[in-house]
Amino acid sequence: MTATLSFRLYLLLLLSLTCPTMAPNNKYSILLPTYNEVENLPIIIWLLVKHMNSSGHPYEIIIIDDGSPDGTLEAAEQLQRIYGKEKIVLRPREKKLGLGTAYIHGVKHATGNFVIIMDADLSHHPKFIKEMIEKQKSNDYDVVTGTRYVGTGGVYGWDFRRKLISRGANLLTQILLRPAVSDLTGSFRLYKKDVLESLTNSCISKGYVFQMEMIIRARQKNYTIGEVPISFVDRVYGESKLGGSEIVQFVRGLVYLFATT
Amino acid sequence: MTKLLEWLGGAGALGAIWLALLTNKIENPFFRDHYTFLLLSPIIVVGLFGLASLLLVLYRVYTFNDCNDAAAELQKEIVEAKQDLKSLGFKFKDSFK
Ligand SMILES: Nc1nc2c(ncn2[C@@H]2O[C@H](COP(=O)(O)OP(=O)(O)OP(=O)(O)O)[C@@H](O)[C@H]2O)c(=O)[nH]1
Ligand SMILES: [Mg+2]
Repeated sequence: MTATLSFRLYLLLLLSLTCPTMAPNNKYSILLPTYNEVENLPIIIWLLVKHMNSSGHPYEIIIIDDGSPDGTLEAAEQLQRIYGKEKIVLRPREKKLGLGTAYIHGVKHATGNFVIIMDADLSHHPKFIKEMIEKQKSNDYDVVTGTRYVGTGGVYGWDFRRKLISRGANLLTQILLRPAVSDLTGSFRLYKKDVLESLTNSCISKGYVFQMEMIIRARQKNYTIGEVPISFVDRVYGESKLGGSEIVQFVRGLVYLFATT
Repeated sequence: MTKLLEWLGGAGALGAIWLALLTNKIENPFFRDHYTFLLLSPIIVVGLFGLASLLLVLYRVYTFNDCNDAAAELQKEIVEAKQDLKSLGFKFKDSFK
């Protein structure tokens, strides 16, 4: 019993030593859309570089700035000079064209076979990327999504009202759409590049309803989805928003997905 | 099939059973004896479902993890990042020291 096991391990070792091509050379392209994130950008880049370097995975960070008036792009250029053009790729656009198209734009320039999308406002911590990559590998998932609602996942800086809206909206979505994914509106995710491309092409929603549509369409297309608990720390710099118009947007998005998927 | 159609199908099937019981197309001694209960059962079911959902949401709000440690850790990392970036030659905006 133990003999056959160690023999197998030995074979595996031999294999991995003799044919290094067995281990696929994965590269991770991190898409960072920014709009007025001049304070947050240097910090998030510093954290990304720190955690990605220590994880040892090849990566690039693609910054998609939409003509932020606060000088985000100049900060990005400085960071590119510090960390190099290999690691920091700038793909700015003239004006604010929205998150959904920012991803489409960014993915066109991605050279990795995996793409990670995250917010630049420090609500998504780069330390979770390593866990997402491991999760992806564990089952060859097409998508891995961060979740605030399960296990060690959670939030910081939310009052009762915000939690109530978030939990209520989530339960309503769970009942109506039965997505088998716990966090639908989160935007911290890892995709196989071709999967992300095919999804962005079939999603038409705007704002964070876009994230919800992406994951629902992923289910519809039978892509496999893994989840990693994340702690979500509400933006430190800049104003956070959850007003009436966000709620109206959400309800419209939910009705749209209810009727079309 | 869309979720909307699934829901309409489900509601239609349950509604048909309810109507059949109500009009005695399906003979059932229990419901014959408790006619008002049968009549009100859709409202009762919806009400109970709503109540259960409300309790579940409140429970989940109450048990929503507060990531105080993560926030504190981030604050430390921000300080560290700024120092390191300065030493690498990064110029922060004046408003942000
Ligand atoms: N390129 C680009 N980036 C955007 C645009 N809108 C938002 N972003 C960025 O997308 C990320 C998420 O946007 P947020 O404004 O944080 O949205 P949110 O997390 O739903 O809302 P907050 O509560 O304000 O944090 C951030 O990194 C923004 O800078 C846009 O139109 N274009
Ligand atoms: Mg945010």
